[in-house]
Amino acid sequence: MASKSSKPAGGAEQTEHLSNCLKVFIQRDYSEGTAVRFQSTMPPELEGRIEPAMFDNTLATINEIFMEAEELNCATYCEGCLACLTAYCIYTCMDPHYDKCVKKCSRYIVEQNERYWLPRGLLITDPIERGLRVIEVSVLNEPAPQR
Amino acid sequence: MPPPPPPPPPVRRWQQFPGRNRFFCDGRIMMARKMGIFYFTVTLIVGTTTLFFVFDCQFLAERITPVIPVVGGVLFVFVMSALLRTSFSDPGVIPRATADEAADIERQIVPSNASNSPTYRPPPRTKEVMVRGQPVKLKYCFTCKIFRPPRASHCSICDNCVDRFDHHCPWVGNCVGKRNYRYFYMFIVSLAFLCVFILACVVTHLILLTKDDRQFLDAVKESPASVIEAVICFFSIWSILGLSGFHTYLVSSNQTTNEDIKGSFTGKRSEEAFNPYGQGNVISNCLDVLCGPTYPSLIDRRGLVPVATPEADPAPEQRRPGAATAAADPRSGRSYGAVHSAQTKPTVPTSQNGHTSVSGRSAAASGQPGHRRAAAAAVAIERPQLLRPPPGGGGGAAMDTADLDLDSLDGSETLSHESRGQTTDSEARSNVALIRLAHSAV
Repeated sequence: MASKSSKPAGGAEQTEHLSNCLKVFIQRDYSEGTAVRFQSTMPPELEGRIEPAMFDNTLATINEIFMEAEELNCATYCEGCLACLTAYCIYTCMDPHYDKCVKKCSRYIVEQNERYWLPRGLLITDPIERGLRVIEVSVLNEPAPQR
Repeated sequence: MPPPPPPPPPVRRWQQFPGRNRFFCDGRIMMARKMGIFYFTVTLIVGTTTLFFVFDCQFLAERITPVIPVVGGVLFVFVMSALLRTSFSDPGVIPRATADEAADIERQIVPSNASNSPTYRPPPRTKEVMVRGQPVKLKYCFTCKIFRPPRASHCSICDNCVDRFDHHCPWVGNCVGKRNYRYFYMFIVSLAFLCVFILACVVTHLILLTKDDRQFLDAVKESPASVIEAVICFFSIWSILGLSGFHTYLVSSNQTTNEDIKGSFTGKRSEEAFNPYGQGNVISNCLDVLCGPTYPSLIDRRGLVPVATPEADPAPEQRRPGAATAAADPRSGRSYGAVHSAQTKPTVPTSQNGHTSVSGRSAAASGQPGHRRAAAAAVAIERPQLLRPPPGGGGGAAMDTADLDLDSLDGSETLSHESRGQTTDSEARSNVALIRLAHSAV
């Protein structure tokens, strides 16, 4: 199978094969409704690999970004009403608020990967890549369990 | 030296979408497979309105007010815009799990040494979570290999799990779910207004024609189209008004058709069950459903399928800094979507400017069907227990019945049996392998 060597991020060209490394999935937290929110308890597989405070901080920020995206406030209602009045043509000119938040989350995850996670041999996959079902954390130096 | 062969044409993800949908305009438009009734809807609306404009508007504009054709025009544009928006958009399809995700779920729910135990029971197919203090059962979808989020349901006609699934509407040729429910509601409400408006106008037209001491039959001979329009509108208006009223009730109580039919939050269980998704009052519910945030599509239709070679550098779109992956769609700027049974051999290329692109997208779908089948079969062979039939289920119908909730059947789940017969080739082969293993393990 392909090698699992990894180099610290930061400018170097690298290619990783993730198919045979351990993946940890952080599931959605539905305790407060169907709004996008991920469980903030650290999975046991990540203990010892990353500081709990760092994990909590990353998860809290991701949850905060999605909370901002799903917030029901005056601005959201105005955007919705304006879209309705323009027969929804306005979305050809501008991104909806939610899309902007998703992009913000993507940028944040890239930054977090570079700064904190990749140096510890971990990689967060953007939840939008997984249909907002899970946050997939790949443990790059750990082989996948036998199936 | 012979010239190198031309590179294969790029494949877009919609071309490998596992659900039973049709795509147009290179993935921009997404509909259900059967569209006959949708064409009928469009013909009826356009035809009736055209007759109205041609045969009635001029008379009414002269005799009453020129505002009439203007109002008619505005209503017609609104109706068509809402209809096309409902029909062409992604209703909120939840992408299928990657192989890793599915394996992880299986590891969690399959008890160890289960097959050796004399008291073996099949793994639970539901998971209970608390949503704002209300226990909600999340069901496992055997097709999509996920525990469906609350309010999601699997549409057997389209073979997709849809978030906040309302119903599959053949009149619009698409499912109605989280992303297009407001357009659907706007469509039926505006259609109700248009119907009433046209009916009122044609009746006025006919009355005015008979007013000048003329027989009604003379009026009909003079404007036969008005009678046709009146008949069409009269017979449509009952169902459209009824539907508008029903959905207004659903919007005000923040329920879906699915939940209302099942009686999840009303009826006998109302003492214990309350709607945990409601906002507390009618106005807030209406605002939430109709003016809430516009959710992005979770399936990547227009992204490019990466070439399935480990050393291959993905398409240049992936190297956009800050983008986990990039799609050809400039607006979304990303591609995503885990395609069921896809081979997960992604790469994590670092972009030239040093940013690391997240590998998720490349994990999603391999461009090589053969590769995918081999991977799906390899994964499937390792996981016989997940698809072990419940007691009483048999053979190839095991997975079908497993997805049926016999306690609360609704239309979508009842028809899941049929959907199995039309799975993709790779799924069919992996399913056959699983069934054989399941039987051999008994």
